[in-house]
Amino acid sequence: MLGVSLDQYGFLVQGAFWTVVLSLMGFVGGTIVGLPVALARISGGWFLCRASSLYVQFVQGIPLPVIMFVVYFGVSIYGFDVNALVAAAIAMTLYSSAYLGEIWKGCIQAVPKTQWEAGECLALTNLQRFIYIILPQALRIAVPPTVGFLVQIVKNTSYSVVIGFFDLTYSAKILNNATFKPFVIFTAAALIYFAICFPLSRYARRFELRLHRRHA
Amino acid sequence: MDYVFDFSFLESFRSEIINGVRLTVMLTVVSILPGFALGTACAVGRLYGPRWLQTAITIYIEAIRNTPLIIQVFWLFFGLTVLGARIGPFNAAVIALVINTGAYSAEIMRAGFQAIPKGQLEAANCLAMTRRQIFWNIQLPQAAELVYPALVSQFILMMLATSIMSQISVEELTGVGYQVQSITFRGFDVYLVIAVLYLALATMLRLCLHGAAQLAFTRLRKLRTPL
Repeated sequence: MLGVSLDQYGFLVQGAFWTVVLSLMGFVGGTIVGLPVALARISGGWFLCRASSLYVQFVQGIPLPVIMFVVYFGVSIYGFDVNALVAAAIAMTLYSSAYLGEIWKGCIQAVPKTQWEAGECLALTNLQRFIYIILPQALRIAVPPTVGFLVQIVKNTSYSVVIGFFDLTYSAKILNNATFKPFVIFTAAALIYFAICFPLSRYARRFELRLHRRHA
Repeated sequence: MDYVFDFSFLESFRSEIINGVRLTVMLTVVSILPGFALGTACAVGRLYGPRWLQTAITIYIEAIRNTPLIIQVFWLFFGLTVLGARIGPFNAAVIALVINTGAYSAEIMRAGFQAIPKGQLEAANCLAMTRRQIFWNIQLPQAAELVYPALVSQFILMMLATSIMSQISVEELTGVGYQVQSITFRGFDVYLVIAVLYLALATMLRLCLHGAAQLAFTRLRKLRTPL
C-alpha cells in the first residue's frame, strides 16, 4: 500500500502498542505520585506544601526529553542494567505526577469554601469532610481535565524516542530510514496517534460541557 | 553508593554549551510572535469567518493538537526533503514550532475572545467605532490580557519542546548535552546541568513575558489589577 508493505504497517502497530503501554504506565504512576502531591498542596503543613510546589515547578520547568535522559543515565549509576521501558516509565511518572498534582489541586480548590464550612457545622472531622463532601465533588470537576491530560501523556510518550524506547515514533523513524517514504509513514503514524487522542479529547470536551450545563 | 560527580566538562565544553543555549533561545524567540499571530488569526477566523474557513481551521487545530510535535517535525523535515525543498533543519524546526504553537494559542485566544463581556462590544458600537477599530482597540487587547497567563504557560511549554529539535540535527541545548555525554560518558552529570539550565531559561522566559505584559497592556500598567 503506497509503497509500504503490510508487514511494515504491522511494525507501526507494534510500536503503537508500546506507546499505549507506556501511556498507561505513565498515567498509573502519575496518579500514585500525583495524588499525594495534590493533597500536600491542600492540607499539608508549610513544609509539605512548599516541597510539593517546588517539585511541580522543577518538573514543569525541565523538558521531558531531558527528564528521560536524567532518569536513563541516573538509573545506570546504581549499576542496574537500564531498560529503556523502565527509564521511560519513571520519567513519564515524574512528568505526569507534576501536572496531575497541579490539576487535582485546582479541582479540590474549585469546590466552594462553603462546603467545608457546612461540613464543619455538621460536626464532621477534617477527614470526614474531605472524604464525604469535598472529594465526590472534586472528582466530578476533575474528570474533564484529567482525560484531557491523558491526551498529553499519549503524545508526550513520543519523547521517549530520545532514549531509544521502541514506541510508535521510534518505529516510524526506523521505517522511514529503511524505506524513505516520510509522507506515507509519518502520516500513518500521525493517524494512529490521532485515533488514540482525538476520542479522548472529544470525551474531555463533552464531560466539560455537561459539567457546565449542570452548574448553569 | 559511591558515585562521584564530575562537572569538569563545563570547562572544556563551555562554548558548545553556550551555543546550545543560544540556539534554544533563538528557536523560542523566533517562533513565539509568528505562532501567536497565527493563533490569533485562526481564532478570529474560527469565530467570525465563513463556514468553510471555520471547518478548515477546526481541522488544522484538531490535527495539530492530537498528534505529537515530533511526528509533525519529522513529517515536515523529511517530507520537504523528499519534495526536493531543502530548507535546512533550523527553518524546518521554526516552521514546525510556529504551526504547533499556532494551533494551541488559537484555542487559548478563542476562549479569550469569547470571555469578553458583551457590554464592551455594545459600548464600542454606541461610540460608532468601526468593526476594525473594535477589533484592534477593544477585542484584541482585552482577549490577550484575559488569557495572558495561559499564553505564558503555552510559550514556556514551547520553549521546553524545542528540546526535541536535536532529532532533526538542530544542535540546541539537549543536542549539545547528547554530544558532550557521548564524549565524556558522564550522562547523568551532563543532563543534570542541562536540566538546571532549562529551569533557568524557563524562569527567565517567564520574567520576560511578565515584563512584556507590563509594556503591552496599558490598562494593567496603570491600574495594576487583574482584568
